[in-house]
Amino acid sequence: MTKKKIQIIVCGGTGCSDKNSNAVAESLTIEIEANALENDVKVVRSGCFGLCNLGPVVRVMPDDVVYIGVKPSDAQEIIDEHIMKGRVVERLLFTDALTGKKLRSAQEMSGYRKQMRIVLRNCGIIDPENIEEAIAHDAYEALARVLTTMTPDEVIKIVKDSGLRGRGGGGFPTGLKWEIARKNKADEKYVVCNADEGDPGAFMDRSVLEGDPHAVLEAMAICGYCIEASKGLIYIRAEYPLAVARLKTAIAQAKEYGLLGENIMNTGFSFDIEIRYGAGAFVCGEETALIHSMEGLRGEPTVKPPFPAEAGFRGKPTNVNNVETFACISPIILKGAEWFSSIGTEKSKGTKVFALAGKINNVGLIEVPMGTTLREVIFEIGGGIRNGKKFKAAQTGGPSGGCLTEKHLDTPIDFDNLVAAGSMMGSGGLIVMDEDDCMVSVAKFFLDFTVEESCGKCAPCRIGNKRLHELLEHITKGKGVPADLDRLRNMCLVIKDTSLCGLGQSSPNPVLSTLENFKDEYEAHVTAKKCPAGKCRDLMEYFIIAENCVGCTACARVCPVNAITGERKEPHVINPEICIKCGACKEKCKFDAIIIK
Amino acid sequence: MKKINSVEDLRKAKEKILAGMHGKGKGEKEKVLVRVHCGTSGLASGAKEILDFLTLELEKRNIDATVIRTGDMGYCYAEPTIEVTRPGESPVVFGYVDKIKADEIIEKFIKNGDFVDGIIPVNYRTID
Ligand SMILES: Cc1cc2nc3c(=O)[nH]c(=O)nc-3n(C[C@H](O)[C@H](O)[C@H](O)COP(=O)(O)O)c2cc1C
Repeated sequence: MTKKKIQIIVCGGTGCSDKNSNAVAESLTIEIEANALENDVKVVRSGCFGLCNLGPVVRVMPDDVVYIGVKPSDAQEIIDEHIMKGRVVERLLFTDALTGKKLRSAQEMSGYRKQMRIVLRNCGIIDPENIEEAIAHDAYEALARVLTTMTPDEVIKIVKDSGLRGRGGGGFPTGLKWEIARKNKADEKYVVCNADEGDPGAFMDRSVLEGDPHAVLEAMAICGYCIEASKGLIYIRAEYPLAVARLKTAIAQAKEYGLLGENIMNTGFSFDIEIRYGAGAFVCGEETALIHSMEGLRGEPTVKPPFPAEAGFRGKPTNVNNVETFACISPIILKGAEWFSSIGTEKSKGTKVFALAGKINNVGLIEVPMGTTLREVIFEIGGGIRNGKKFKAAQTGGPSGGCLTEKHLDTPIDFDNLVAAGSMMGSGGLIVMDEDDCMVSVAKFFLDFTVEESCGKCAPCRIGNKRLHELLEHITKGKGVPADLDRLRNMCLVIKDTSLCGLGQSSPNPVLSTLENFKDEYEAHVTAKKCPAGKCRDLMEYFIIAENCVGCTACARVCPVNAITGERKEPHVINPEICIKCGACKEKCKFDAIIIK
Repeated sequence: MKKINSVEDLRKAKEKILAGMHGKGKGEKEKVLVRVHCGTSGLASGAKEILDFLTLELEKRNIDATVIRTGDMGYCYAEPTIEVTRPGESPVVFGYVDKIKADEIIEKFIKNGDFVDGIIPVNYRTID
């Protein structure tokens, strides 16, 4: 038979699997066998198509026909009609709600995909250590256009009109920042790329630098042209050895090709980039601390103003932008401000990269248009909560942000909505928590981090966070009293109001937002002295239900401290005085006789 | 390649690179292109081993292919991931690639175009 083999791809992503795509695959296989087609038609399973709300999704190749909402009972028709007679099963095609048109192929349906890659456009596509691959994918084309056909003011106007806001956390309008740096006159200015990425759980900047370093180099040069700087500095943590190595290679190659250095492309514009290393201190991501660290001083922040755009590196006007911010620049130049500002919400344009972590199935990086909802991110793109558990909260903005809960699931994610919800965008870390997570402990976890990372320069942050942490420790140990909750809140507000830099001004946020959203959980800790999630060891008691216990002795044998006693075939008991709450007995018990009280 | 001295140089260089990429336009048969995602998450899950395995085995098995190392695509949960483009076809990404899976991908997909389990469909829009 010369006919090309037919392959039926059945989505095995979490969303489709939950809708029984397994049974669809089985029914298809049965039909194929019933028609003796097994040599010509094959069924394979794939990961998520990103069309979860339309699932189960089935794609027939090489015809590239996508069927949606396929039930096991549809298998016969697909095989009879499509495979045997070559007639597409219209009924199972996707109908575009606006035009009423039936869409057939994955290509036609691509507009319904939730993700959109602008920042990550070349990650995983090009060899980052080969500048030619980057050039083939349009690298330095925007720089060429800027240097030969545009004035700095025209470029700044495009960046302003695009609505791009800084991706490093604050969301400051990038074009405006460039304009300010341009207006401040000086004999030398600097362009700084902030690649410190200290937010635990975030790794998008690392991925961009590892996958597409030229995107950042090119944008820094464009920025240099706009603000009249001839020197760029990338501040990157030394813990990112691969990103550092690829950046070095990229810089060397760009210089070799004349795309960085003196008189770039014969335009008279010169721009050079060097790397500066950070030692992994969170506070050094704050722009003034970062600049001091680059100057060889202690990585401590100073009061703004003066802003870096006025007096930054070596006292000269300095424009600091985040890696992801820079990675948006070339597409904006090439495709225009209008294109970029057509993506996203009213005040937050373009896309945002999120690093999904925690109790979510598809841990990794995603890039979605601003305004995508938390529900789409977690349950469609992220594949939902691990092990079928219940969603409890998602932390955005890392240790400076707050948690979003069930009631925020349908809020479009953008800079302003997150702030209104008591959190913030931050750099894009998104840590998902399920029913087993204790929110008091989560707040304590982030405080652990800030206490460790506070530089100690100002008292509210150095001492206040320490006290805050102590109080949380107290509460999770069952030593808290109801009045502690008010003390917590007051202390948070004072620290926020009086700290010198963004670290202290935001470090109480995880406490405030969990206090706001999970008040009853805090109350349970301080009044009933119970941890509803069963996480705080000091508040748990393991207990054997006598009716369920058959006296198999398995628990007593596994207990490392011999806290369990009882005769064979008689109900056992746990001595709470000796028990260290390790949970080994509960895991071992086959009769569900051991519970946590 | 010589220094790029003007915008025209850049555009010419780009055309030349595009024409010569991955065996294209050399008058020979177009090659299979294999991208192994070697960012930190890929490498931490063993991508280097897969890169070496594929490079060696494709040559041993006389398959005309280019294997390149790229950054990650963000599919951390499924690393190591690789992307295979057969001449004239759309790229296909595979996840959870160990040596056994890599061998299966060579024998079934690269040689015959038969899909194997573990495909990660394109689930994003691109900018062009
Ligand atoms: C404690 C603290 C840590 C920060 N860490 C980072 C960081 O890791 N990366 C980053 O780009 N910005 C970080 N920032 C924000 C920077 O101060 C600065 O606003 C940003 O780099 C500006 O770039 P953008 O306008 O492109 O966002 C941090 C701010 C604070 C207060």
